[in-house]
Amino acid sequence: MAKQGVEPDELTQPFWDAANEQRLVIQYCVDCDRLQHPPSDSCRDCDDGGELGWKQVSGRGRIYNYGVVHDCPIRLLQEDQPFNLAVIMLDDDPGIQMYSHLPGIPVDDVPVGAAVEVIFEPSANGQLVPEWRVIAD
Amino acid sequence: MTTPTAPDAMYRNDEGLGIWEHRGKVAAVGVGHAPTSRRWDGRPETCVGAITIDALRKAIDDAGVAPDQIDGLVIVPVTTTGAFWEAGKPLPMDVIQSFNQTDDPLDGIAKLSAEWLLANMPELTNVNFTMYGPGCMSNALNVTAQAVGDGLAHTCLVVKSWHNFEGRYYQGGANAGNALPGTPAITQLWGGPASYSTALQFAEYCRKYGKAHDMMAPFMENSRRNGLRFPEGYWAQHRPEELGPEDYLASRWIAKPANLFDNDIPIMMSGAYLFSTAERAQDMKQKPVYILNHASSNTRPRSLLPTLDEVEADTALTGRKIYEGAGITADDLSFENMYDGFSLFHQFHLEGLGYRGIKFGEALDFYQTDISIEGPNPVSPSGGNVGSGRSRVWMHTDCIQQLQGRAGARQVTGVKPEVGVSGGPMPLGGNYTVWSASPD
Repeated sequence: MAKQGVEPDELTQPFWDAANEQRLVIQYCVDCDRLQHPPSDSCRDCDDGGELGWKQVSGRGRIYNYGVVHDCPIRLLQEDQPFNLAVIMLDDDPGIQMYSHLPGIPVDDVPVGAAVEVIFEPSANGQLVPEWRVIAD
Repeated sequence: MTTPTAPDAMYRNDEGLGIWEHRGKVAAVGVGHAPTSRRWDGRPETCVGAITIDALRKAIDDAGVAPDQIDGLVIVPVTTTGAFWEAGKPLPMDVIQSFNQTDDPLDGIAKLSAEWLLANMPELTNVNFTMYGPGCMSNALNVTAQAVGDGLAHTCLVVKSWHNFEGRYYQGGANAGNALPGTPAITQLWGGPASYSTALQFAEYCRKYGKAHDMMAPFMENSRRNGLRFPEGYWAQHRPEELGPEDYLASRWIAKPANLFDNDIPIMMSGAYLFSTAERAQDMKQKPVYILNHASSNTRPRSLLPTLDEVEADTALTGRKIYEGAGITADDLSFENMYDGFSLFHQFHLEGLGYRGIKFGEALDFYQTDISIEGPNPVSPSGGNVGSGRSRVWMHTDCIQQLQGRAGARQVTGVKPEVGVSGGPMPLGGNYTVWSASPD
């Protein structure tokens, strides 16, 4: 599926740069060692803000939940309707979620709970974007 | 006068605050609604500013108050349903020149300021308190109740309005482009529509409790039935169509398991109320409806979307806060008007409240029983957004009208209307009000 391109900004530059190197990194708080995604300007749990960094994670996870999109607001994705849109929870921290179109999985035939691993796909402007594929447990 | 946004201190976010200090000392009296429409037709008299003035004047008249007695105005400045004035699109000068404009040419057209309203309502000569309650009417009501209780105003208007333009919902702007900035890309690149998050929570709910989407049909039918008895609402005014189970279940998917009818229809509308102190309200034209409590949730999910565990924990917490501040229990509720836009989360609110004793996982079974306004367990007698279109206002209007005994064909008859609760929007985060026919 041809996703829109990405124009990295200051906050998310490390995430997108790592994706172009086919690495998955997640923002974390140096003070409380807690991952947070989506990234933010400050730690959500530290009252004084907390110093932030980026941590490479394993790229393994599980399919937590999914829906089937039939009426998508994004023009570039509309020709692929209907499509799966799943939420992945990372093995490194199951509280952290990422989206996936689950390439190769038939529409509305999603194995909730299945193991997945990250892959990287080019978006419309060539920026690599994390995606997920089902793997054997 | 520059209007401030309500400070955090005006909200009751925490558990353990005890009985609200102004319990029973603030009252809603007047109600005003402008006619609804699907989209703006471009005329000055139907722009969002104009319909807001219409609703406010009706609320003033309904309360029987002279305009110069009003000293407060609380509004929600954001009016969009998801429709924005496209960059570069010519300004509608005929509309702008029909009003006393502020520095922002889209004020009164695609947004609303207190300054614009006061500049165009010359009869409001004594307003010295204005404040913004961001988001929706539920928020603005909390601010208004607290403001009147705190003595910042004694006779205060509160209004929420919506504008809707031509074009499909959320389909323009960045969504029509070829690239997104990095931060929104992390959440928006995959193309979930607005109801996607709720659809996933509902899907998890069904898996956990062994329920199915078709069990929503009685709720949807009941909500539309109630909405068609709401003369101020969109469906009653423009499309008086019942919503039977066959129609609901045959509807196309938007984000399965959310279908078209699970998504509320965006409309133009404005709803307004007049609040006052309980003491002053005694002399007004309508019976006062007393505020027993207001409560808020500012909980955020850990990551992209709330999990069902997060939803259930927060709705239960919200229920406890609602009851604690009002000094009531679930048994005291005559009816509930919790939010329903999207329909697939109304059950989370019900279960969090423990309405009629239902527990987590039981609401869809409850929907299969008599939930009508004639029965002992009325669910959403307003019909909510399902019954009258997107406003996040119907639930509050209905609470006031039910407790005043002037809900007309929608009046609950299976219970004595004594205490009601309304609020939302989402199960995580939101603002809630407890209304009562009596101050005690």
